[in-house]
Amino acid sequence: MTRHLFDGTGTLIRFVLRRDRLRLPIWLVSFAAISAIVALAFVGLYQNAEERQAMAETMRNPAMTAMVGPGYGLDNYTVGAMTAHEMLLMTAGVVGLMNILLVIRHTRTDEEDGRIELVRSLPVGRLSNLSSTLLVMAGANIVLALLTAFSLVALGVESVDLQGSLVYGFALGAAGLVFAGVAAVCAQLSPNARNALGLSIAILLLAYMVRAIGDVTNETLSWLSPLGWILRSEAYVNNYWWPILLTFAGALLLMALALYLNSIRDLGSGFLPSRAGKAKAARSLLSPFGLVFRLQRTGFIAWSAGLLLIGASYGSVLGDLESFFEDIDLMQQMIVQSEGFSLTEQFIPVLMAVMAILGTIPVLMAVLKLKTEEKNDRLEHILSRSVSRNHVLGSYLAMAVLTGFVMLSLAALGLGLVGNAMMEEQLPLGMFYGSALAYLPAMFAMIGVAVLLLGWAPNLTGAVWLYLAFSFFVIYLGGLFQFPEWVGKLTPFGYVSEIPIEEMNYLNAAMLTVVAIILTAIGITGFNRRDIGR
Amino acid sequence: MAVLRTVDLTKKFGDFAALDGVNIEVGEGEVYGFIGPNGAGKSTTLRVLLGILKATDGRAEIFGKDSWKDAVEIHKRVAYVPGDINLWPNLTGGEVIDLFVKLRGGNNLDRREELIRKFDLDPTKKCRTYSKGNRQKVALIAAFSSDVDLYVLDEPTSGLDPLMERVFQEYVVEAKKQGKSILLSSHILSEVEKLCDKVAIIREGKIIETGTLKELRHLTGTILLVETKEPIVGLGELKGVSGIQQKDGALSFQVDTAEVDHVIRYISRFGVSRIESSPPTLEELFMRHYEGTAGAVESGAGGER
Repeated sequence: MTRHLFDGTGTLIRFVLRRDRLRLPIWLVSFAAISAIVALAFVGLYQNAEERQAMAETMRNPAMTAMVGPGYGLDNYTVGAMTAHEMLLMTAGVVGLMNILLVIRHTRTDEEDGRIELVRSLPVGRLSNLSSTLLVMAGANIVLALLTAFSLVALGVESVDLQGSLVYGFALGAAGLVFAGVAAVCAQLSPNARNALGLSIAILLLAYMVRAIGDVTNETLSWLSPLGWILRSEAYVNNYWWPILLTFAGALLLMALALYLNSIRDLGSGFLPSRAGKAKAARSLLSPFGLVFRLQRTGFIAWSAGLLLIGASYGSVLGDLESFFEDIDLMQQMIVQSEGFSLTEQFIPVLMAVMAILGTIPVLMAVLKLKTEEKNDRLEHILSRSVSRNHVLGSYLAMAVLTGFVMLSLAALGLGLVGNAMMEEQLPLGMFYGSALAYLPAMFAMIGVAVLLLGWAPNLTGAVWLYLAFSFFVIYLGGLFQFPEWVGKLTPFGYVSEIPIEEMNYLNAAMLTVVAIILTAIGITGFNRRDIGR
Repeated sequence: MAVLRTVDLTKKFGDFAALDGVNIEVGEGEVYGFIGPNGAGKSTTLRVLLGILKATDGRAEIFGKDSWKDAVEIHKRVAYVPGDINLWPNLTGGEVIDLFVKLRGGNNLDRREELIRKFDLDPTKKCRTYSKGNRQKVALIAAFSSDVDLYVLDEPTSGLDPLMERVFQEYVVEAKKQGKSILLSSHILSEVEKLCDKVAIIREGKIIETGTLKELRHLTGTILLVETKEPIVGLGELKGVSGIQQKDGALSFQVDTAEVDHVIRYISRFGVSRIESSPPTLEELFMRHYEGTAGAVESGAGGER
């Protein structure tokens, strides 16, 4: 019976690779490229050992330890040590996310959509699907490790040697493989794909948090997190291999567990109970807006927590800002000096711009959810009842405006509260809030662009994301690249008053709002005229 | 007065004419069957009638109102069950039913419970776990718990088991008794035959036949089964005779209504020992329209648009 459990694994491996022939290379090359670019940027940013040493001092701050992990080699902070220390954890987190997404995609999602049933009806082993997915992920993580290592070595930077680069690359690969294992186990435990994905990502976040708390307070705690393990590899300084081997071993154990669980479970079932839902709808669901809110509730809460957290983590560095900036030429370039304001005050609009653009992502998602509903034939259910198109579109608009308001408020609150707690000189909380809300009209304008596309060119709604990416590029890096002023005016975010270093410009805010209303109105007209459906 | 009417309804997707001058009319208390193969334009017609697609040309009216401009007003009295039912994976069936009923404006709780029991649906399960049949049940329960005057049903039973199909038919008959109108698109011909007063057959966006079942049958002719003492010769050359088949020593064939008298006279020469006549089934009617033009049908079945 058990002899044929893995039949057809080889063929399925080729099948997985065929399905991911673009996705996988894009992920892998991105990781290698970003690691190399950051290392190169550090070479340019910090011209000499003194400047790096100044950076090393700020790394002793517990807030930084919580964010990127305990510092090592701080007494001789080479470019290699700097890159590995500041980048490993974040990159490992994203590598983990890649592994989770890919594993769930090839296991539970396929299962839910009935594709595994088709495959299993062929002369293919019961465990072949999972084993082929895991083997592909193992290969992908090894390629990722080598690719990253060699692209770092290829930079030819003195302190970035082969040995250290290999340790760095394989630390990433090992972290990735652990989360491939986590996702594979979650895919067996959960009753459906969405649950499996949620559980895996929750474990990834938990691993990050446990390590953050552990690194600051009690190192034993950090040993509970696989992200804590790989940080102990100390690439480019001590080059320890044993934490990496330990992580690999952990990954293998998880995978073995996943295979075992898969072998004893029925297709389509899980080990965690699937709770019975409500037989009747709550009153709050029973309106177009109620439905829109309910469908986006989870995402809304997650993004809210995210922006609050980002605000708080920016706030935690505000205290060290003055000393931090004096040492970094680049940062000084990014912020136009102005008289009468402290560096901290000048930095606030930059932080706000970044958080506002980030907060625009869930806002646009709220509007464009309409498109998803339409594509999946679910808008038809609503519009075939006595609900007008204006009412439907209006509900999505209301959700978007609410989202924008909440995101900006939470970002300001996180930044203000934590910032004031860390700084010696307090800044008024109202100033933080005003600085954030100044971005609301710009968000309205982005909503207007999205509605315009929804009304007249529903197949081109993706363009609004490009516009947002362009806005980010221009606003965040505009100072660095010394763009001419008109380039900044190509995005609504370029018209926002930089509080506190500028007075609030109500005329600009009003103009942005008027433009937003006009775009929205044109979009609504189009939406009322066109066919609904693909 | 017609409850639902289309006049020369035309819908183009780019250059492709999905509907080309469609005329149908559903009267009060009538069950109207709308049949045709996949891609013939059934769903497109219903979507235009629901104001989801905009007609390129012609008129579509429900209760005498324009189905595009007065969509919201019309929908207060219409229940629609789409052909492909996608529901929200993270809502339960019960929640979706309540939402659907509420969005129309009515709320009939007794009926909801009765329908859930009759259709044997577990309303506490998330929609992601529902099979196609269960998703159809959700839409049907929402439709039948609403107090409306017109039901527009797009292949509502394609995923239901025979038991549930019967429950569905009971509700259709009940609605008809209450004087409500039903437009039923289907390709389950036995169901249409059982339920519908009138039938329209659509092919490649055009209505090719319409009328009561009796009229359609009359138009088509009669099926004869004949046993004779001497073998019949020259039957195939007779005018109005088609579909000749040998069945247990007897001959079965179809005769056009106009030629029945002539054909009976001819075969009586061969010494008739047994003769049975029956009206053609809807399936035979349907096949007659499609088999003759197999090539055209293939090019017409252009998938869902």
